[in-house]
Amino acid sequence: MSVSTSGVTAKLPHDTAREHVTGHARYVDDIPAPAGSLHLCFGTSQVAAGKITGMDLTAVRRAPGVVDVLTAAELRFANDVSPSAHDEPLLADGTVQYVGQPVFLVVADSHLAARKAAQLGKVDIAPTTALLTIEDAMAADSRFEDGPRVYAKGDAAKALDQAPHRLTGRLDMGGQEHFYLEGQVAMALPGEGDMKVHSSSQHPTEIQHKVAEALGVPFHQVTVEVRRMGGGFGGKESQGNALAVACAVAAQRTGRPCKMRYDRDDDFMITGKRHDARVDYDVGFDDQGRVLGIDFTHYFRCGWAQDLSLPVADRAMLHADNAYDLPHAQITSHRLKTNTQSATAFRGFGGPQGMVGIERVMDHIAHHLNLDGAAVRERNYYVSGGRISDQKTPGTTPYGMAVTDFNLDDLSAKLLATSQYAKRRAAVADWNAKNDILKKGIAFSPVKFGISFTLTQLNQAGALVQIYSDGSILINHGGTEMGQGLFQKVAQVAATTLGVPRDVIRPSATATDKVPNTSATAASSGTDLNGMAVRDACLKLRARLCDHLGDPDAKFEDGVVTSKGRELSFADLATQAWAARVSLSATGFYATPDIAWDRIAGKGRPFFYFAYGASVSEVVIDTLTGENRTLRVDILHDCGSSLNAALDIGQIEGGYVQGAGWLTMEELVWDDAGRLRTHAPSTYKIPAASDAPDIFNVDLWDAPNPADTIYKSKAVGEPPFMHGISTFLALSDAVAACGPHYPDLQAPATCEEIWRAVQRAKG
Amino acid sequence: MNITFSLNGKAVTAQSDTGLETLLDHLRLDHGLNGTKEGCNEGDCGACSVIVTGQDGVPRAMNACILMLPQIQGKAVRTVEGVSAPDGTLHPVQQAMVDHHGSQCGFCTPGFITTMAANHAGGITNHETALAGNLCRCTGYAPILRAAKAAEQMDVPVWIKDAGAGDVASTDGIFCPSNADELAGWYAANPDATLIAGGTDVGLWVTKQLRDLAPVAFLGHAKDLTGIQDQGDAWRIGAMATITEVMDLVKDVYPSLHTMLARYGSPQVRNAATIGGNIANGSPIGDGPPALIAAGATLHLRQGDARRDLALEDFFIEYGQQDRAPGEFVEAITLPKTARNLRCYKLSKRFDQDISAVCGCLSVDVANGIVTQARVAFGGMAGTPKRAPLAEAALMGQPWIAETVAQAAQAMAGDFTPLSDMRASADYRMATAQNMLTRFFADVTGQTTAIQGVNP
Repeated sequence: MSVSTSGVTAKLPHDTAREHVTGHARYVDDIPAPAGSLHLCFGTSQVAAGKITGMDLTAVRRAPGVVDVLTAAELRFANDVSPSAHDEPLLADGTVQYVGQPVFLVVADSHLAARKAAQLGKVDIAPTTALLTIEDAMAADSRFEDGPRVYAKGDAAKALDQAPHRLTGRLDMGGQEHFYLEGQVAMALPGEGDMKVHSSSQHPTEIQHKVAEALGVPFHQVTVEVRRMGGGFGGKESQGNALAVACAVAAQRTGRPCKMRYDRDDDFMITGKRHDARVDYDVGFDDQGRVLGIDFTHYFRCGWAQDLSLPVADRAMLHADNAYDLPHAQITSHRLKTNTQSATAFRGFGGPQGMVGIERVMDHIAHHLNLDGAAVRERNYYVSGGRISDQKTPGTTPYGMAVTDFNLDDLSAKLLATSQYAKRRAAVADWNAKNDILKKGIAFSPVKFGISFTLTQLNQAGALVQIYSDGSILINHGGTEMGQGLFQKVAQVAATTLGVPRDVIRPSATATDKVPNTSATAASSGTDLNGMAVRDACLKLRARLCDHLGDPDAKFEDGVVTSKGRELSFADLATQAWAARVSLSATGFYATPDIAWDRIAGKGRPFFYFAYGASVSEVVIDTLTGENRTLRVDILHDCGSSLNAALDIGQIEGGYVQGAGWLTMEELVWDDAGRLRTHAPSTYKIPAASDAPDIFNVDLWDAPNPADTIYKSKAVGEPPFMHGISTFLALSDAVAACGPHYPDLQAPATCEEIWRAVQRAKG
Repeated sequence: MNITFSLNGKAVTAQSDTGLETLLDHLRLDHGLNGTKEGCNEGDCGACSVIVTGQDGVPRAMNACILMLPQIQGKAVRTVEGVSAPDGTLHPVQQAMVDHHGSQCGFCTPGFITTMAANHAGGITNHETALAGNLCRCTGYAPILRAAKAAEQMDVPVWIKDAGAGDVASTDGIFCPSNADELAGWYAANPDATLIAGGTDVGLWVTKQLRDLAPVAFLGHAKDLTGIQDQGDAWRIGAMATITEVMDLVKDVYPSLHTMLARYGSPQVRNAATIGGNIANGSPIGDGPPALIAAGATLHLRQGDARRDLALEDFFIEYGQQDRAPGEFVEAITLPKTARNLRCYKLSKRFDQDISAVCGCLSVDVANGIVTQARVAFGGMAGTPKRAPLAEAALMGQPWIAETVAQAAQAMAGDFTPLSDMRASADYRMATAQNMLTRFFADVTGQTTAIQGVNP
C-alpha cells in the first residue's frame, strides 16, 4: 500500500482547525435552537448528607420565565443517570448525598431565568453524618464492593522481611477538575415519539441508553449526535448523562426543545473529578536499589456514587508497577464511598495515581541510598522485548501479564543522552552549592501504560463508510472528537486505505443512528478501535470496486485507480460502480484480539500492548515561599509508527502540562461541611501560558508497534499525561537539596506544600 | 437606554434595560455571533475575549462576559468573526494557529485569536504574559506560543483596524455621567447606588450572584476621572485610570511594582479594571492597595462638592468597611515617586492571573547605614490591606543589616493574625510574609532571589 501525502503519516492539522480559528466551529450551545426552546437549571443540595424533609418550590414556580419545575416525584420512568450501578438519581429521591447534588429541575424560557429561579427553592434537609475524607470512610467501612481488591505476585511479606533495606511511606495526592473549556451541555429536540439529543459527550451510546430509560422507550427511539466537544478528558464520559436526560424528560413533558448547560460554578459543584487518593507503601530493596518486595495500599475517594470508580481503581493497581519488574508484590485497593462529588474518569483513569505511587517509592529509595534516580529506575526495568530469548524471559506484571514489548531501556538511554541528564545533574548540584534562597532540581521518570479497556467487551468499534457517486466519501464511526484529532487521523486512515486524497473525505458527526452500540471514546482507544473499523469498511468497498473492475490487483493511489494498464479517477470509478449497481456503502467492525482479563482474580492479559515514554524535568524553587518554575522538560514518547506526528506531539505537549498541573498548582479544597471551595477558575488554577516549560523538547520514538494495530501506530491520549510525574520528582529533588531529610513531598506540590517540604528536609 | 457601538466594522444599536446585560449574551443571543464562547462567566478563562477599541484607537482584548453594555457605548467591538477578512482570508494569527497546530478542541481558540490579534496590532510580543488571560486545557500552550511568535513579523491587515465611534455619555435611563461633577451630584442623591468602573469585580455580582444592583452608574464616560497628571515628584492618577495605564506609568520609577502589576488579573482584566475601583472595592486581597500604601499614596475622596484627602491606609477600617461616607467616591489617588527601594512581592498558587495569597510591598530608606523610613504593607494578611507597624518599628533607627531584618520579621508576628482558606493556611501566610522581609533585604543588597531570572 502506498502512502499518500494526505494519508497516514502526513502532519495535517486538526480536521476543523480553520473552523476553530474563525469561530465557525459549532458546539452544542452554538447550534441554533428552534423558537420556543426552553432552558434548564438544577436546584442543588447545600448539605452533604441528609434526609429531605420538605421542599417549598412555590417561589421557583412563580419566578419570571419559569414554565415547569420537576422533582423526583415527577419522573415517570427511570430516575437514574449512573453509568454503572444505578445509584445516581437524576433528582435526589428522599436523601441527599453531597453538596451540589441536583434536587429539583427548573424549566424556563431563558438560561438566566432558569438560573435565577433555581436560587429560590427551599429544601429542608435533616442532616446526617457526612463522610468526607478517606479516613472518615475507612473508619465507617463505607465502600463500594464488599471489601478491598487485592492483586498479588509472589510473597511480598516474606520478601520484605528478608530485604536488606526497607522503607515505608505515604503519599496523599489530590484530585483534579477536568476544566474542559466548554462546560457540560445538552439539547433535546422532541419528535414524533422519538427524541433527538445533541450532547457534549464522549459516550453518545450511553446518553442514548439513559435517555431511553428515562423516557420509557426502546433505544431506537433516541438518537444522540455529537459533532465535537470543547474538551473532554474523561469528564464527559458519564457526567453529561444528567443534562441530556433532564433535557429529554423536560422536552417530553413540554413538547418543546430543551437546552441545558451548567454555569461553570455549577459544573465544578455538580460533576465528578479525578479521584484523590492515598498510597501507602512498604518496600524492601537491595544495596543497588533493586526492589525485592513491595506492599502497596491504595485508598481511592470515590464520592457518593459508584460511577466508574471500580475500573479506575483497578487501573491504578494495574499501573502500580509502572516500568518495573517487581518480584514480589501485593496491591490492596480500597474504593471508598464519601459524601462528595462522584469521582469519575479523567485522562489516565487511575493509572496516574498508581504510577505516582511507584515513582515515589523509586524516589525514596534513591534518596535513601544516595543513588541517582535514573539509575535506580533502570535497574528495576522489565526485560527489554528486544532482548527476550531463551536466556532471558519476559518479566511478568503483578497481575500475571508477560511484558513482551518493553522498550524503555533503549528509549531511556536515548532520552538521557539527548537531554544531557548526567551533565545537567552535576550542574544542578554545583548551582545549588552556590545558592541559598533558590534551589534547582532535576528528575527522570518513565511511563509504561496499558492500552485497552479493562472491561474487555468495550474493545470493539463500528464504522459506516459511504462513497457517493461523485467520488466524495463520508465516514462515520463510534469515536467522538474532543480535540484529540481523532477525526483527522481516522480520515487519514480512510484516505490511505482507499487511495484517495484526504480532502475528498468528510468525517461526520458521531451519531447513534449511523453506528450503534458504540463504546465511549476513552482509554486512549479512539484511533486504535475506530481506525481499524473504518479501515475494515474501506477494505470492503475497495474489494467491491476491484470486483467491478474485474481486477483484484487494481491500484488505488491519490485519487487515481490503475487497473489493467489504464488509469481512471476514483470519482469516475465511483460513478461507474453506481451505474453498475454496486453497493457503495459499507459498515466496518473491529474487536481487539488476544485480551482476556479476570478483574476479581487480578489475572490475565487486560492490555493488547503497552505505550511507553520517558521525560526529564528541571525546576527551580524558592525556599522562602515554595514558588517554583519548570525550566526545561525533555520528553521522548512512543507512538509506534505515528499516524500524524503533529497531532501526536500535540497530545504529548498538552498531556504533559495537564499532568504537571495535577501534581503542582491544581488544588481542590473542600471545607469541613463538604463544600468545594475551589469551584471556579478564580480559585482553581490550571496552568497558564507562562507555566509551560521555558525549554520544551518533545520527540517521538518512532518504531512500529509490535502489536498489529492500525498501521502499527500506538494510542497517545493518556500516556503522556504521566510525564508530569518527572516535574513532581524534580521538585522533590530541589527540596532535597535544602537538607538531609527526605522531603516527603505530597501532591499537589503547591507553593505551600513545597515550602512545608523544605522545612521537613531541613528537619 | 440605547447603546451605540461598532460591531465588526458596522454601527449597531442595542437596547439596554437594566444596564447589566453582558456583551457576551448580547453577541450570542441577539447577533448570533456564537464564535465568542462562555467558558467561566467570570473573566478568568478568556474564551469570551473580544477586541475593544476606544477613542484612543488602541485595540485591547477584554472579557465580554463581564463587560456590561453601557461600558461599550461609543466603542468598537471586534469578535472572532471579524478577525478574518470579509472574503474569508485568514488573519496572520489565524493562519499561524492552523499551521502550528494551536487548536485542539477549539473552544478556547476564538478567545486566543482575538487576544492574539489585539496583541499583533499593538506590537506586543511578550506572549506568555500577554496570553496569561486565556486558558487552554488541551495544548499545553507550546504550539500557541509558537504561532504567536510566527505571526509577529506579518503586517497588520487593514480590515482589522477599528476606530472608536465616539464617546457618548447618556443619562437616558441608566446613569452614565460625562464628568465627575455630574457623578458627585447624582451619587449624593443616590447614595445606595452601585458605581461601575471596570466592572471586573462587580461583573461577578451580576453573572454569579445574580444580584439586582439598581440603581447603577457607569463611570467610563466621565473623562475627568481618567487622566494622569505628572506633578514632578508624584502622579495624580484619576480613579478611572486602568491598571494597564498605571502599569505603563510606573515602569521606570517603580519597576518592581510594574512587574507585580503584570500579574494583576490578566491583560483583559487590566484593560478594564481601574485603580479607583481596586481601592474603593475594599478587598483585603487586592494587589493595588498594599503597593500604594507602601509608596505613601494619598487618596482623594469626594462627596457632592466636598473633597477630602487621607492616607490610603486610613481608608481601610476593617473587612467590608471603609472610611467612605454615603455618596462619597474615590476621585483620584496621588502616588509619590519618592518611595525608596519599593519592592512588591505577590505570592499565589499560579504565577499569572491569580489572586494573591499574600502580597507584600515594602519601601525602606537607609541613610548612613541606618533605617530612616520603613513602610511595610500587606494584602492577604488581615481583613484589609494593612501596614505592619511592629515590623516597621523594629526596622526604624536600626542598622540596615540581616539581624535587624530578622528581628523585624519576628516582630511582624504581632502585626497580623491571618486566616486559613483555600488559597493558603494561616501559618504559611505568616511565614512567607516574614520571609518577604528576608527577600527584600537580599533583593536590595543585590542577591538573586527571583526564580524568574533563572535559566536551565
